[in-house]
Amino acid sequence: MTLLDLFSIAAIGVGTFFFFAGTVGLLRFPDSLTRLHALTKADNLGLGLVALGLLPRADSALSALKLIVIWALVLLSGSSTAQLIGRALRRGRK
Amino acid sequence: MNLLSYLDVVLALLIVGVASTTIAARDLFAAVVGYVAYGLLLAFVWIRLYAPDVALTEAAVGSGVTGVLLITAGKRLGALKNAAPEVQPAFTFKLLTGMLAALVAGALAAAILLLPDPPPSLAPEAAAAADGAGAGLGNPITAVLMSYRSFDTMLEKMVLILAVVGVWSVGADKAWGSAPAELRQPKATAPMIFLAQMLAPVGVLIGIHIFWTGANAPGGAFQGGALLAAMWMVIMMAQLVKMPRVDAQWLRVVLVSGPAVFLIIGLAGEFTAGSFFAYPPSLAKPIILFIEAFMVLSIAAALPMLVAGPPSERSDP
Repeated sequence: MTLLDLFSIAAIGVGTFFFFAGTVGLLRFPDSLTRLHALTKADNLGLGLVALGLLPRADSALSALKLIVIWALVLLSGSSTAQLIGRALRRGRK
Repeated sequence: MNLLSYLDVVLALLIVGVASTTIAARDLFAAVVGYVAYGLLLAFVWIRLYAPDVALTEAAVGSGVTGVLLITAGKRLGALKNAAPEVQPAFTFKLLTGMLAALVAGALAAAILLLPDPPPSLAPEAAAAADGAGAGLGNPITAVLMSYRSFDTMLEKMVLILAVVGVWSVGADKAWGSAPAELRQPKATAPMIFLAQMLAPVGVLIGIHIFWTGANAPGGAFQGGALLAAMWMVIMMAQLVKMPRVDAQWLRVVLVSGPAVFLIIGLAGEFTAGSFFAYPPSLAKPIILFIEAFMVLSIAAALPMLVAGPPSERSDP
């Protein structure tokens, strides 16, 4: 067990925790805006930490880069969709 | 049983659960969301069955494009429901519908359960063909699709075009030739425009990469084309480009280009390689990529046109 393995385990473990916490929030929070808040934590931090933990295990620099690109794309689409849903909610409330 | 087989069992149970909730959902939108989740789970199943090509298609088409299609269709159905008075179907009609559905499901189940052992399979033949005429391609899936069963693949693309013609033909006579209604009626919001501007260039690049890499690795024309189609839909939703008119020459040329190029090269095979839809072995790879490039274009045009719907009078200038 090397130091890098420990790093992977720690990062993926914390990432999984954020996914778990995000899911609990999605199920338990009272209204759509707070549920959205919980969901984006799973996307941003959870997936980010899992990707970070997988980086040392990638076969090549290219596949490591792909992991980062996947995270960046999920960040982009996740945050934009959250904005769109939030806006639709605000319009619905008026 | 190791950890992975437990995961497989959980995945299978999840799929059955999601499928049941999708069927049982009373709300149209809830059913569509269930269907999209079902498609994504199915993509995982294909990954577990070591079929990444199918998984890519399932995620892109089965879940992504079909999801958008169903949501748009649901919205239009909802608009119709408000306009027309609600009529409850008669009990006998419901009973007959249920019986017909049970009959179809029963026939499918019987067909699967009564398969002889070992089940008949074309797989060995197809695997042999993948080493033959389509040689030069590192991805046996693409070799089978484009060489062993090339005629079927071409017909599949023709079906897509027929579907577009079918969608266009339900428009009103007065609207013929005009563009379909915009996907978002009032005005695109800033986050949507931002998303389209940031995502579309990357998505187009990834789509082309998936098509190109399909010759040697999982990927291919359909998966790449579906991604390009998704990117076109995103920029249409952000209203960065206008819906094309259905009588636009370029749109029709792009739509038929895939099957047309495929058919012409297939016919030419009679003279260059000795049989219909055969390729000269030395040129197989460049020819297949050439055909696939046009199929990507066709798919990228056909799928958004299916989602966009029939031509509408409102968008007339």
